[in-house]
Amino acid sequence: MTVFIIRRLMQAAVVVFFMSLLVFSGVYLIGDPVEMLVADDADEYDREMVIKNLGLDQPFYIQYWRFLSAALQGNLGESFVFEEPALLLILDRMPATFELAVCALLIAVVLGIPLGMWAGLRPDSMASKTIMSSSILGFSLPTFWVGIMMIMLFAVHLGWLPSTGRGPTQDLFGVEVSFLTWKGISYVILPAVNLSLFKLSMVIRLSRAGTREVIHQDYIKFARAKGVSRSRIVLVHVLKNIMIPVVTVLGLEFGGLVAFSVVTETVFAWPGMGLLLIDSIGFLDRPVIVAYLMIIVLLFVFINLAVDVMYSVLDPRVRLQDVKG
Amino acid sequence: MNKLLKASVLGAVAATFVGGAALADDATLGIRSEPSSVDPYFHNLGPNNAMLGQIFGRLIDWSPDMGTLIPRLATSWKPINDTTWEFKLRKGVKFHDGSDFTADDFVFSFKRADGYVGGNSSFRTYTKGKTVKKIDDYTIHISTKTPYPLMPNDMTSVMVMSSEVKGTGQPDKNFGIRAKDFNNGKAAIGTGPYKFVEWKKGDRMVLVKYDGYKGPLAQPWDKMTFKFIKSEPARVSALLAGDVDMIDNVPVTDIETLKKNPNVSLSQGVSNRVIYVHMDQFRDNSPFVTDKAGNPLSKNPLRDPNVRKALSMMINRDAIVEKVMEGVALKAGQLLPEGFFGRSSKLQPEAYNPTKAKQMLKDAGWGDGFALTIHGPNDRYINDDKICEAIGQMLSANGIPTKVSTMPKNVFFKRASKGGKDGQPEFSFFLVGWGSGTGEPSSPLKSLLVTRDKSKGFGASNRGRHSNPKVDALVVEALSTVDDAKRGQLLAQATEAGIGESQGIIPLHYQVNTWATRKGLKYNARADERTVGLDLLKE
Repeated sequence: MTVFIIRRLMQAAVVVFFMSLLVFSGVYLIGDPVEMLVADDADEYDREMVIKNLGLDQPFYIQYWRFLSAALQGNLGESFVFEEPALLLILDRMPATFELAVCALLIAVVLGIPLGMWAGLRPDSMASKTIMSSSILGFSLPTFWVGIMMIMLFAVHLGWLPSTGRGPTQDLFGVEVSFLTWKGISYVILPAVNLSLFKLSMVIRLSRAGTREVIHQDYIKFARAKGVSRSRIVLVHVLKNIMIPVVTVLGLEFGGLVAFSVVTETVFAWPGMGLLLIDSIGFLDRPVIVAYLMIIVLLFVFINLAVDVMYSVLDPRVRLQDVKG
Repeated sequence: MNKLLKASVLGAVAATFVGGAALADDATLGIRSEPSSVDPYFHNLGPNNAMLGQIFGRLIDWSPDMGTLIPRLATSWKPINDTTWEFKLRKGVKFHDGSDFTADDFVFSFKRADGYVGGNSSFRTYTKGKTVKKIDDYTIHISTKTPYPLMPNDMTSVMVMSSEVKGTGQPDKNFGIRAKDFNNGKAAIGTGPYKFVEWKKGDRMVLVKYDGYKGPLAQPWDKMTFKFIKSEPARVSALLAGDVDMIDNVPVTDIETLKKNPNVSLSQGVSNRVIYVHMDQFRDNSPFVTDKAGNPLSKNPLRDPNVRKALSMMINRDAIVEKVMEGVALKAGQLLPEGFFGRSSKLQPEAYNPTKAKQMLKDAGWGDGFALTIHGPNDRYINDDKICEAIGQMLSANGIPTKVSTMPKNVFFKRASKGGKDGQPEFSFFLVGWGSGTGEPSSPLKSLLVTRDKSKGFGASNRGRHSNPKVDALVVEALSTVDDAKRGQLLAQATEAGIGESQGIIPLHYQVNTWATRKGLKYNARADERTVGLDLLKE
């Protein structure tokens, strides 16, 4: 297993390297950050000062080499816009995004599994059909549109929840969080629900499919024959067995939640990493864009690895080894 | 269910009401763009200048319509000889930390602005070539090598910080005071009517009233919270939900709906920004001008002023203003709208006259027409992509088949400035805008219409490479004429030559900006497009 982990980490390093090259050259090709940063009435001389100051007067390979050698020492460069380390800017925003992603995940699990199991246990009932068709909506409606509709309904017309931003934050073990007060929570609800819709629909579908499959297994039949109560069968035997695929997929999807909260954060002006990324793309703030994507790559690699390792721990039949072609 | 819903709605309404009453003197503003720093010399950028002007004072400020200069930290100013301006400073002004404001603070601020290391776009535009001398604690002289009439205009840009601020960086760089020292509030000490409280990046900036403020500006609020809401529908709904008292950059499509809403008031004002078309006038073979079959031409029709004029006549500005901008714009015939200094009284917006335009093209030897591509950004100016489409259709309808290509601003501006061969501008016919920060036409004339000359700092944004010796001479003369009336005339003449005679650019319209407030409040629409809490007033 140690060999497996070491090999995976080495693969991760290669992936991160190529990612950095790809992103760096992509952003390099797209546009000129100086055009975005300088005032309209700056003259040529001032423009050249900025270009020099940002090191953009150098050819691409030198710029990339500088970036790479600094990155190997843990320095992902300074933001063009803020002149602060890109990594710190992102880490500063990370708690907000994680808070949102965790809340969305919780909503997906807490609502999705019971609904999915219900639909799996009574596939022909009206309620199940409603649940399943709603889950199609959850898959297919664009997040952006749903977010705005939710704001219109719950914030503008009903006035129940705030429309935008993050509520007051408290310090919890050195991390700023907003879920400790009711006011803070009221700000999280709409964006978290918005972000969770897609995952919620997926959990419903997974749980339903799992339930339909498990319910016909021999051990369930045996348990019923033995006279085990229905609630025990559903809550212990079925639930436990459908959890394996659900946990696997959600683990992998958590990375996606963090990385792709961009749309939700923009609609709800949620001050997380996604909003920072959008702003940075607008300004072509290359160090922040590159650092953000590298962090996301690392996050995915780490989650994949953790899922593989946990799998082998949970299910003794799984052996960790590379697929040999 | 129905009862419950009703009760909740009533409850929510009551809560809003009570909340509103309790926070009567706090304002929350939903603004589109976030500043990039609290350091007043870090980045010469609209959102920074708007926000930080409330914390740091300037010698002089523009009135909201940019029609008059308001004495702020300076009480009076005058030229004492050809090359020196004298500024008398306001007495009894104290910084937020209680220290006195004197000439030393201004000299310190000026030096830090002028020699700023790093940052993105410096205030050197306003400080270069100038020497500051302290005469006594409340008098300073600023001198230049040649006569310089725009001194007061330039002083509306440089902010003043306390010379007693101690930083944490190396002393040789920016006096050891880093942008970071400002962002956490330590160095953010000004003389402005509001004190810096906190900045949560991506979320909000909070300012509170400075009780010791002395100066001409009003302090309408005890506390101002600026929330950064980038997304347009989200900004509008934040206002409708009562989460913010005011928003800026109201999307044109929402204006009609908001007008009908009894809980919302709108404020509109014409800005100092003209939207115009640049035309390639430096290449014989312009890449996006072809014959009608798409083959390259041997000659570039856009180099002929008569062709440029004809194209201008083919654009129906009334239709653009009415249909594309939904009435929220003013058609333009020069660089600044009515009310600004140095305008020409002769130049009118070009009338739509396709018949005459076609005749002019024929006379110029282009009776068969040619084909164009119009390029433009799609996220920089109000409805920029739709304006390009409209122009494309108008030209196509009049015998100039025109393709339309719009792109995000971060791609567009690189290509527009140096995307072509040898770092030359890439496009042939393209839409851009220009806001005159100096409140008079010398800034756009100097940057857009004067022959490009790097050593003199002319023509930095002259992306069509227009060149008209008459304009050059008039602008150079105006820039060294201290007498206001005479300078105004020269600038008007330069505009008449550059636009009226040689049609260096095609002006389309002046952008009108819209702010929306909740009922009972009013925003003094600012011509410089800034959103400033000081201009949000109770009715």
